[in-house]
Amino acid sequence: MLRYIAWRITVMVPTLLMISALVFAIIELPPGDYFESYVAELQAQGENVDLKAIEALKVQYGFDKPPVERYFHWVWGMLQGDFGYSFEYELPVTDVVGDRLWLTMLVSFVTIIFTWLIAFPIGIYSATHQYSWGDYGLTFVGLLGLATPNFLLALVFLYLANLWFGTSIGHLMDAQYFNQPMSWAKAKSILEHLIIPVIIIGTAGTAGMIRRIRANLLDELQKQYVITARAKGLHPFKALMKYPLRMSMNFFISDIGSILPAIISGAEITAIVLSLETTGPLLIRALQAQDMYLAGSFLMFLAGLSVIGVLISDFALALLDPRIRLQGAHTK
Amino acid sequence: MKMTSPLPPPGKEMGHYVSEAPFDVMSIEKISPEQEKIYLAPQWKLMWWKFRQHRIAVWCGVFLAILYATIFISEFLAPYNIQTRNVDNIYSPPQRVHLFHEGEFVGPFVYRQNYKLNMETLKREYTKDTSKVDKIRFFCTGDKYHWWGLVEMETHLFCPAHDGELFLLGTDRLGRDMFSRIMGGARISLTIGLLGVMVSFVLGIVIGGVAGYYGGWVDMVVQRIIEVLQSLPSIPLWLALAAIMPVTWSPLVVYFGITVILGLLDWTGLARAVRSKLFSLREEDYVMAAQLMGAKPSRIISLHLVPGFMSHLIATATIAIPTMILGETALSFLGLGLRPPITSWGVLLIEAQNINVVALYPWLMLPVVPVVLVILAFNFLGDGLRDAADPYK
Repeated sequence: MLRYIAWRITVMVPTLLMISALVFAIIELPPGDYFESYVAELQAQGENVDLKAIEALKVQYGFDKPPVERYFHWVWGMLQGDFGYSFEYELPVTDVVGDRLWLTMLVSFVTIIFTWLIAFPIGIYSATHQYSWGDYGLTFVGLLGLATPNFLLALVFLYLANLWFGTSIGHLMDAQYFNQPMSWAKAKSILEHLIIPVIIIGTAGTAGMIRRIRANLLDELQKQYVITARAKGLHPFKALMKYPLRMSMNFFISDIGSILPAIISGAEITAIVLSLETTGPLLIRALQAQDMYLAGSFLMFLAGLSVIGVLISDFALALLDPRIRLQGAHTK
Repeated sequence: MKMTSPLPPPGKEMGHYVSEAPFDVMSIEKISPEQEKIYLAPQWKLMWWKFRQHRIAVWCGVFLAILYATIFISEFLAPYNIQTRNVDNIYSPPQRVHLFHEGEFVGPFVYRQNYKLNMETLKREYTKDTSKVDKIRFFCTGDKYHWWGLVEMETHLFCPAHDGELFLLGTDRLGRDMFSRIMGGARISLTIGLLGVMVSFVLGIVIGGVAGYYGGWVDMVVQRIIEVLQSLPSIPLWLALAAIMPVTWSPLVVYFGITVILGLLDWTGLARAVRSKLFSLREEDYVMAAQLMGAKPSRIISLHLVPGFMSHLIATATIAIPTMILGETALSFLGLGLRPPITSWGVLLIEAQNINVVALYPWLMLPVVPVVLVILAFNFLGDGLRDAADPYK
């Protein structure tokens, strides 16, 4: 086991290096840089631009150097915990992201719980009642959530909430609580604003979850041990919950890898429509404005999380399911 | 312990009798004609039988087939050219089709509508004039169009009365008929998913096949690449790739660019599936036999291995198409997808992006209906195909 862990961690290094190169390429590839779009924006507003000052800024941030050099500078900085500087916010990247990170995690976490609460009963029902009307109907409802583009759902909810309750559901809290310290009133406001985004983002994810629970559980239910358990008179409920369900949960653990980054980045488009103070819109905006250190470091952070997530899920799988042997994985 | 076997002691000749009469195995274990049909049926036939059991999947398949058939003649089926601006009918609400006028059957028709600009609210108000009947014409001459951009034609399945209008689903801010635009948008939206899946299909089979067949360091490298691609959230990747495409490209080239982007980022899941399947299949005896006979790896992969799980791959791909269609709408939402004058459902939904539309002109959101229907249909079809993919189970 120890050897395996060591091996996996060594493999992570080239992976992360590859990711960093890819991320850097992504933010470098679009023509121009932040200063060029900044100058263009200022000129469009009819303001005078001090090109000399801009040149000085470019030199200060190393934009006169070749990309390769900048890449190594960036990676070296990240290794020391310096994620760079956001030009647009004129703040270090960690400060820009920091505020929004907690809110994003809150939204995502509640969404995941919501998805599980809905998907589990439906998935189990569908698997035990395969090809029944209930199965079809519930799958249909789940798929409907998947099929509706999130931004449209968000718009309609915005409108309906305004019509029925007269409240604005945009943002994650009422306007008077922005930049205020945490208080009971603020927490209540956040919770109220949380409901709609959670429903919108959650509906998109439930269908996939239902389908996977159903498929995995169906596979398990066909196995011999379930028949044995039923034959020797185990209560049907126990014969479902205790063994097959537990075995069908494996996919759940292997999902950790993709869930971790999703918790941090959140559903970008929904967040844009509802103007939520999460990191998704920040990232999209940074990519569009070519605020390269903000975009790059944040993408790198997300990628790092998912690599760690995959690692954790592999270990967890091995610990929970004795049938999976890690050692076999790399001798082949 | 003494053996009480019926065998004679060693060395002694055995009393042995074999009947000379011909013996037909079938006479003992009778196979009914139905059973025989099942046992002798080829694999594709078994799949078809299994697929047929999933009723909803069959209906969804029929629905999609019809839909894909319409995109060949979408200009003919639409009453207007998708670019025609009816400047007198901006933001016209959907018109209702009637059959009876004052208790008398006159065939499908719409009432003429009068337009008035409310000077207080600046809202466009349309009122129905129930005295004027505009009968819908069938197989008629209407707006000129270029069929697939090639042949100039002007025949439509149905068109408005000679000086009347026919806006089944209303008009947009330039007075363009929504129904015609949705029909026209289907061509792009439905093909973008197919082309994207084809790109990812080819990439997935080739890369996954190579990794699974060779294993070792090739597999190691491919695994890392997949891990890298999967570890980045998809929307930033789309954004970045879409931003690379120069603005000067013609909309058609952008369309192909977007399909390639959607395909380029989607092959990883398929490659993983191919790889893990190959890992188990390459140990089979028939692969060894092929190798000993001197078959090249490319031949073994494409001729002997891939057909073994092609049905699974097709099922997986079917479920991937909706992701692509939704991806197109998401990209268009961010202003990085297709651009007018190309018309797709995603492009149409750009118009429905603000709260005013939801409140005042809700029919502009109608392109979402075909999006939802197509995605549902593909999902059910994919479910049915997946169930049928392994008919021996």
